[in-house]
Amino acid sequence: MSLITNPRRIPKLYRGNAACPGCPIPKELDILIEELGEKAVLVVPASCTTVIMGDTTGMPSTIPVVHSAFAAASPIASGIVRSLRMKGDNDSIVAVWAGDGGTADIGFSAISGSAERNEDILYVCYDNEAYMNTGIQRSSLTPKGAWTTTTPEGKREFKKPMPFIMAEHKIPYVATASVAYPFDYQNKVKKAKQIKGFRYVHLLSPCPPGWRFDSSLTIEIAKLAVETGIWPLFEIENGEFRLTSISKTLIDKKNRKPVTEYLKLQGRFSKLNEKEIKEIEDSVDELWEEIKSYIKQ
Amino acid sequence: MQVLKRKSLALVGNHAVAYAVKQAKPQVLSVFPITPQTTMLEKLAEYVSKGELKAEMIRVESEHSAMAAVYGAAVAGSRVFTATSSQGLLYMTEMIYWAGGQRVPIVAAIATRALAEPWTIWDDHQDFISKRDAIWIQMMAENVQEAYDMTLQAFKISEDQRVIMPVMMGFDGFILTHTMERVEVLEDSEVDSFLPPRQFNLIDFSDPVGVGPIATPDEYIKIRYEAKKAMERSKDVIRDIMKEYEKISGRKYDLVECYKCEDADYVIVSMGAWSSDGKVAVDRLRNNGEKVGLLKIRVFRPFPKEEIREKLKDVKAVVTFDRAYSFGSGGILANEIKSALYGNNIPVHSVIAGLGGKDVRPLHFQNVIEDLISGKLEEERWIL
Repeated sequence: MSLITNPRRIPKLYRGNAACPGCPIPKELDILIEELGEKAVLVVPASCTTVIMGDTTGMPSTIPVVHSAFAAASPIASGIVRSLRMKGDNDSIVAVWAGDGGTADIGFSAISGSAERNEDILYVCYDNEAYMNTGIQRSSLTPKGAWTTTTPEGKREFKKPMPFIMAEHKIPYVATASVAYPFDYQNKVKKAKQIKGFRYVHLLSPCPPGWRFDSSLTIEIAKLAVETGIWPLFEIENGEFRLTSISKTLIDKKNRKPVTEYLKLQGRFSKLNEKEIKEIEDSVDELWEEIKSYIKQ
Repeated sequence: MQVLKRKSLALVGNHAVAYAVKQAKPQVLSVFPITPQTTMLEKLAEYVSKGELKAEMIRVESEHSAMAAVYGAAVAGSRVFTATSSQGLLYMTEMIYWAGGQRVPIVAAIATRALAEPWTIWDDHQDFISKRDAIWIQMMAENVQEAYDMTLQAFKISEDQRVIMPVMMGFDGFILTHTMERVEVLEDSEVDSFLPPRQFNLIDFSDPVGVGPIATPDEYIKIRYEAKKAMERSKDVIRDIMKEYEKISGRKYDLVECYKCEDADYVIVSMGAWSSDGKVAVDRLRNNGEKVGLLKIRVFRPFPKEEIREKLKDVKAVVTFDRAYSFGSGGILANEIKSALYGNNIPVHSVIAGLGGKDVRPLHFQNVIEDLISGKLEEERWIL
């Protein structure tokens, strides 16, 4: 059996973990763990966080962490939560913390199954838009045009619309979030915590080595993703769509920053030609047209 | 054997296992349907729906998730059960290793079935035997009674503090899963005293741990070494628990079963349901004056090497019957027996038969032994 014990109790993730410089995951986890409180279990499938969460010699988390095989996080979480409930524990919370590959690719059938069964799980996908743990290979959440080591010419296909796919499961809560808007993210976790059933929060999580930007620019880029309209902040609560935070002002296109401001800071988009940039701009406009149609309802 | 006045039920194998599971009172079940396991799943669903079994039943979307779900539930302290077969067992393999590596108590019933391709639904042991290195205790039942008894034993073995390891109870698809036999069942109260509530939980909010983190090479090999030692310790534990079960049930169990092999010159080694056919052949040959016996492997992992060496030390020759094959190597049971008998200079012949459900009868066993005695049996024979 391989177990590691937590030598001291502080309310968050420890400093000095194994994340890369500029990686937003520790901050994102800090916020999550703090919001979840002490009676929470975190299930983590194979991902960057597997490394960040430490090896058998030490654990940086103050809540129990159950490591999971790549495709198994949501059913493991289902098992944990059903087990806890069977034993009369009704107030603890079981959360999955998974990357984009574990969520939208290999884990897709499992997350869809858990959502369809409306398991009492809070699922957070931290989306760094590629398989970063193995070194920047494309995932179905890699955006069109982005360079990765397996799409050296740039990815040809669009990003899978994961939050909308999850919403189609008719689960009680779906939200998007960004580390650049911590209060918005925190409020969404806080709200999700109060809801029973399958809750899905999708965090855009910029990756300095993977996206090819300077590690000092993480928050800047996370912010630009929202300001340009590429990553709208919203929540869908019992089917009701609502924009949140700064995204509320972005329905009007003139309030959105040009998409190029987001693209130009990242090496992964450096080879895009004008036609490709235009295509990305158009796709952002299409996304917002779609959002408008949700708001009208 | 002590004859007790007991409740007898007419049960097909799948329902006998489901009945044992109900009596074992797992708190969480997660099972995905697959032929020939399905009627067991249906029976369990019925128990849960009628409130006869108070358990959470997680109706997952795949076998991979079924094993993941019971893994999570076991980590969080519940007694758990799952069941599968064939392709389902292959699909769950990643999580089989995950559960074995972390050594959590899980019981899985495997209705053995041949593997595709070509598509088949009938019995052989290729699925079950392919999990031999996954740090799971593996047992095989010969008949429906044994499938019932060994399911109850499996929970206790798996949860024993000296072992703490998942256990797989195999029984032949269709041949046992769908055959109705008279099964003598224990009273619920007897099961309760044999199998007290489980003491295992890795989730403690006041003392949080990380379950299954990355291990450095130094740590990894140590953890594997611990698993090896636990597997070795489990032999005594299995024997103890089987003895304890014998006291309640009157039915004798051990790692291997010797059928008229004490004084035998020639011994058939087999595992699973066709051991009964082998025993019929042994009786017929004994009637003809041949000193023949049968050694049944009941526990496949840990492999009872010493016991086999002891039982077979004086025989002239052994013939193993395999329902599974290692392509490019040989009959899997045959290889295990050869390894166990290494240095004893006893010829081991291997028969491969019954793959994909191909019918095997007592006469087949009989013919093989007759050929063995007359020196006509090849080192490896396929009964096609």
